[in-house]
Amino acid sequence: MQYWHFSETAYPYLPPEETINSIRVTLPNGVIDPDVAMRLWDRYLAEWQIADECGINVMINEHHSTATCMDPAAPIIAGTLGRLTTNARILILGNPVANRKDPVRVAEEMALVDLLSHGRLEVGFVRGVPYEVSAVNSKPVQMSERMWEAIELIQKAWTTHDGPFNWEGRFFQQRHVNIWPRPYQQPNPPVWVTAMSPGSAARVADNNYVIASFLTGYEGTRKVFQAYRDRMAETGRPAPADDRFAYAALTYTGETDEEGLEGARKLMWYVKANKVPFEFVQPPGYTPYFARAAGLRGERSAYDFKSLSLEDLIEEGIVFAGSPSTVRGQIEKFYEKVGGFGHLLLMGQAGFLEHDETVKGIRTFAEQVKPALDGLYSPQSVTV
Amino acid sequence: MLSLVDSGSGTVVGRAEGEDIVLDVHTSGSGPALVLLHGAEGREANDAFIAALAERFTVIAPSHPGFGLSPRPDWCDSVEDLAYLYLEWLERQDWHDTMLVGLQFGGWVAAEMAVRDCSRLGRLTLVDPVGIKVGGREDRDISDVFAISRSELDARHYADPAAGPGDLSQASRDDVLHIARNEEALALYGWEPYLHNPRLQRWLHRIHVPTLVTWGAQDGVVSPDYGRAYADAIPGARFELVGEAGHRAQIEQPDTLAKLIAEHSA
Repeated sequence: MQYWHFSETAYPYLPPEETINSIRVTLPNGVIDPDVAMRLWDRYLAEWQIADECGINVMINEHHSTATCMDPAAPIIAGTLGRLTTNARILILGNPVANRKDPVRVAEEMALVDLLSHGRLEVGFVRGVPYEVSAVNSKPVQMSERMWEAIELIQKAWTTHDGPFNWEGRFFQQRHVNIWPRPYQQPNPPVWVTAMSPGSAARVADNNYVIASFLTGYEGTRKVFQAYRDRMAETGRPAPADDRFAYAALTYTGETDEEGLEGARKLMWYVKANKVPFEFVQPPGYTPYFARAAGLRGERSAYDFKSLSLEDLIEEGIVFAGSPSTVRGQIEKFYEKVGGFGHLLLMGQAGFLEHDETVKGIRTFAEQVKPALDGLYSPQSVTV
Repeated sequence: MLSLVDSGSGTVVGRAEGEDIVLDVHTSGSGPALVLLHGAEGREANDAFIAALAERFTVIAPSHPGFGLSPRPDWCDSVEDLAYLYLEWLERQDWHDTMLVGLQFGGWVAAEMAVRDCSRLGRLTLVDPVGIKVGGREDRDISDVFAISRSELDARHYADPAAGPGDLSQASRDDVLHIARNEEALALYGWEPYLHNPRLQRWLHRIHVPTLVTWGAQDGVVSPDYGRAYADAIPGARFELVGEAGHRAQIEQPDTLAKLIAEHSA
């Protein structure tokens, strides 16, 4: 098992919730104090450095027009971490390629970060969350098709070394693709793709990419992973190793259960502060129309965690929290329930979880949970 | 889910990419042919207007691919596709002097048809059409219908918001499925550039059939000034403001509009 420290790099100092309509898309950036933002970035980078020192990998992501994430350009932070960390693998999960107008630019950025980090980059691709489509003016229809065309173009750009090739696809057109530089890792950095539902798993399996699921709990995750396994079996390929499966959970490890739960309560900001109106949560086309119709009628979305308590979220496998032995037990249970997995993405910082608390959570996990789990699940190489 | 029409229950309107294009087409009334192109509200929402038109016309009302109960072939993803599809249909049916009526999004489709080929058209009526860019780059000519609440949508679409679908948790399951499917299709065809074709306005002078542009006086999605600019770009077009009506003027003032169209056809 490999472990990855993830912070969404929020700007949590916001006006009272009842005074704002949305934390995303429309919240004016005048709310930001540039000095505070600068210091937050110093702090978040330091936390990733500490994870690296503790033998934990680092993970970053990218969002736009939102107080929940101050990183609208993941490659910049990945390049920065490439120089600030030493041993950690650096995962971008991910590049929102359904929303990026120029996949060749993404291929170039990833090649550059791979060089800067001396071959420590892991490249994740995501479709992008629904709130992003308004922020970046990206059509919410045909996103999956755009994402896959972009991935295929990027993959070909990384692996073509005999001069320019032509690409006149449905969504992207280029006549001279010939990226300089090329990635350090050969033939290309490891690729991850997120999937939140079983229907998205087959294509990830067909490419032998790592499949990653976020906050989908025991049941949702098991179904996604099983769909990947089923696809491998259907297509006559060997059963996939654990390192093809990744799961992201809010995680806080304390010295005691009480301390762990206290930290997790602060992480809950991530799910509780996500005030976003329906029109940005469910833009037309992002989900099948009949699923959106259910939302229009007022049915709760599967990813609306606002009404759930910390205890509910722990019960569903969405939060791992408590003392080292408790957290270890929760991860072991999760491993059993989903049929095995090889990457745990530790969402270990959110909202008002302060620097000292974040660092304590990282260190406690690294020193008292990871060694015990390493005895159970070999810390295999993550290189494909 | 909705049960879409198929080759057995639908109407073949054309052929492309080696396959027939099948739409849900409703025909009613008698008299000269009138082809009615709906907007994002979907054909089903225009029953009263269609009934009023059917007193004088044979009203032929398709649901566009992806809207209502019409399937959408995967390749069909632009307003230009819709324009060519309907032009081909007019040709296949050998219709002449057709009265073409386009409502809002359907008005955009009708304008795209007319700049390409007016030979099968007799007259054109556009009801609060979108499709052109009138203001500067920082002016939002058309409200972002994908970024506002349902209550604001109703307030902008109707002079009297009560004319709209209202609280969708109280609406029929089927109506909400239609709304969701129609909005998805609108996003597909009109997300970017947003509900317009930057090139359309410069070719509107090619429309050389008598044209009526009507506008809901309380249209909160696209202002009457936009409508006047639309009409000004079409040679000889007449502009009529319709009182006590919002963007979907045909829903709030079906009889007034049907009467204007009847006069326009005379």
